[in-house]
Amino acid sequence: MKKVYIKEPVCMGCHLCEVYCQQAHSQSKDLLKAFKRETPRPLPRVRMEEKDHMSFSVRCLHCDDAPCVYSCLTGALSKDPETGVVDVDTERCIGCWTCILACPYGAIKRDTERHKMVKCDLCAGEEAPACVVNCPNEALAFADAG
Amino acid sequence: MAKTEKIKYLIIGNSAGGIGAAEAIREADKNGTITIVSDEPYHVYSRPQISGHLAEGRLLEEILYRKADFYRKNNIETILGSRVTRLDPANNQVEFEDSKIIGYEKLLLATGGTPIVPPMEGLEREKTFTFTTLDDAKAIDEFLNRHPDKTVRAVVIGGGLIGVSVTEALVKRGAKVSIIEMKDRILNTILDEEGSALGLAALKEAEVEVITEHTVTRVSTDAKGQTTGVTLDDGGTIDCDLVIVAIGVQPRTELAAGTDITLNRGIVVNRYMASSIPNIYACGDVAEAYDFVHEGNRLSPIWPNAYIGGRTAGLNMAGVSTEYEGGTAMNSMKYFGTAITSAGLVVPPDDSYEIFESRLDHAYKKVVVKDGLVVGMVFSGDIEKSGIIYNLMKDRVNVEDFKLTLVAEDFGLISLPEEIWRSKLEMPGSESNFPAVNGEEPEEIVILD
Repeated sequence: MKKVYIKEPVCMGCHLCEVYCQQAHSQSKDLLKAFKRETPRPLPRVRMEEKDHMSFSVRCLHCDDAPCVYSCLTGALSKDPETGVVDVDTERCIGCWTCILACPYGAIKRDTERHKMVKCDLCAGEEAPACVVNCPNEALAFADAG
Repeated sequence: MAKTEKIKYLIIGNSAGGIGAAEAIREADKNGTITIVSDEPYHVYSRPQISGHLAEGRLLEEILYRKADFYRKNNIETILGSRVTRLDPANNQVEFEDSKIIGYEKLLLATGGTPIVPPMEGLEREKTFTFTTLDDAKAIDEFLNRHPDKTVRAVVIGGGLIGVSVTEALVKRGAKVSIIEMKDRILNTILDEEGSALGLAALKEAEVEVITEHTVTRVSTDAKGQTTGVTLDDGGTIDCDLVIVAIGVQPRTELAAGTDITLNRGIVVNRYMASSIPNIYACGDVAEAYDFVHEGNRLSPIWPNAYIGGRTAGLNMAGVSTEYEGGTAMNSMKYFGTAITSAGLVVPPDDSYEIFESRLDHAYKKVVVKDGLVVGMVFSGDIEKSGIIYNLMKDRVNVEDFKLTLVAEDFGLISLPEEIWRSKLEMPGSESNFPAVNGEEPEEIVILD
């Protein structure tokens, strides 16, 4: 399946992946509204990590043996056998955060207003995820590495 | 004698472990017959959500662990609401309470645990309320419904996860609850003192009475057999209408007892989840499987381990040799909106362990390290990266060189040795994607305007 990979040497740590992720997962799809005026507040599903001169962004890796899916107490999380995307059925999520403890990448976030987990959905329905499309330095690749 | 029906994969237990196995078997073997048996009459439900049933009236249909078409879609037969009473490994068959006999090629014992109800004066086991199944929740619900006009007073014996969970549900239903905990603090097996204190504060705020370092010695009843109160070991009494026993669960090993299956506290399984009888497997609360913190077999009766153990058992049953990665105690809780995650050894038994702690605003982080390996953790408030720590523990990563960063606010994958995060996050086969820059600009650089 196609996944998002980092190219650490060319990441500038600009955080635009977070910004565009938040916009892509907002109701309005409007940058300003998504940041300032939407309730409940949309959340980015990607996290920038920085240390010294290094930086990269982290999001769900849609693992083959996904620990979050195996650990989910309610069955809300599943991996689509066709697309490989690990996704959440928000209706069934009870916000217990067991998935957060299971995830090796810290890739799951808490929506504390809705009491639901949120995670990267690879911008379902789009050709490529917003973080990749909008990375100004092409520091992210959306590719099938087999 | 009629020919006995023979199932290729017989699974006793219809919860996390049994479902994990069934799903794995179907991935590996599309056609082999699978039958799931349970003495519970229900479609598989999310057991942790029985508190949602009691507290908020969530119906079975709303707490299903797998969708209603799960068995049909996966071509799984079910025998629900029927108890297996005897296991006959010599003939590879099991006998049901109605004397029906079914044969198997591979058997999985995913029978779970049963609440421990100690002998106690005045306590009749059959009439005792516990809180591990949907029927348990329904029984408490019915009791509350029979007393719509009064504040029901409940005594919960045991201040572990189950005791606290039923207490929260009871409080939401308007009951007045007292928890009696034998040890000096609630949640003592899964949290350290600081974590327990958070749970205690939440209970106190909800006006729950918490009595520690005491036990209940007697349950009193009136002439009609209704509970009227309990007596504690110091002679003190508490009036109540309802007693719920939540001191723990023990493996439901009765089918294995009397066979050649090796039992310790639970059914002892190897790294392939097989018992001492090669075609009989076990997983979940009934099994004593590998624990990577204790580096040996141990009970770890929690949902994720049941599923993963079940999945491993299922793969091996279907001929796909797979080693169990091991599990350890790991739990996520929420008290008063404060999230807490914990795993492994949260209170080191001696001073040969290193403890790293940080406190920042409302966040508390603690990581326990022994000989360079993470063996325990408690995170509260800021829990987002606690899974990174848990997996360092699971993967037995030596953290000696970066142990000081584990509880830092900016801890992340970037704090780990480069080869770890590069191998996970970069495209496989990409030599770090770009060659060393050597003072030159990479060709494709685009400057943001």
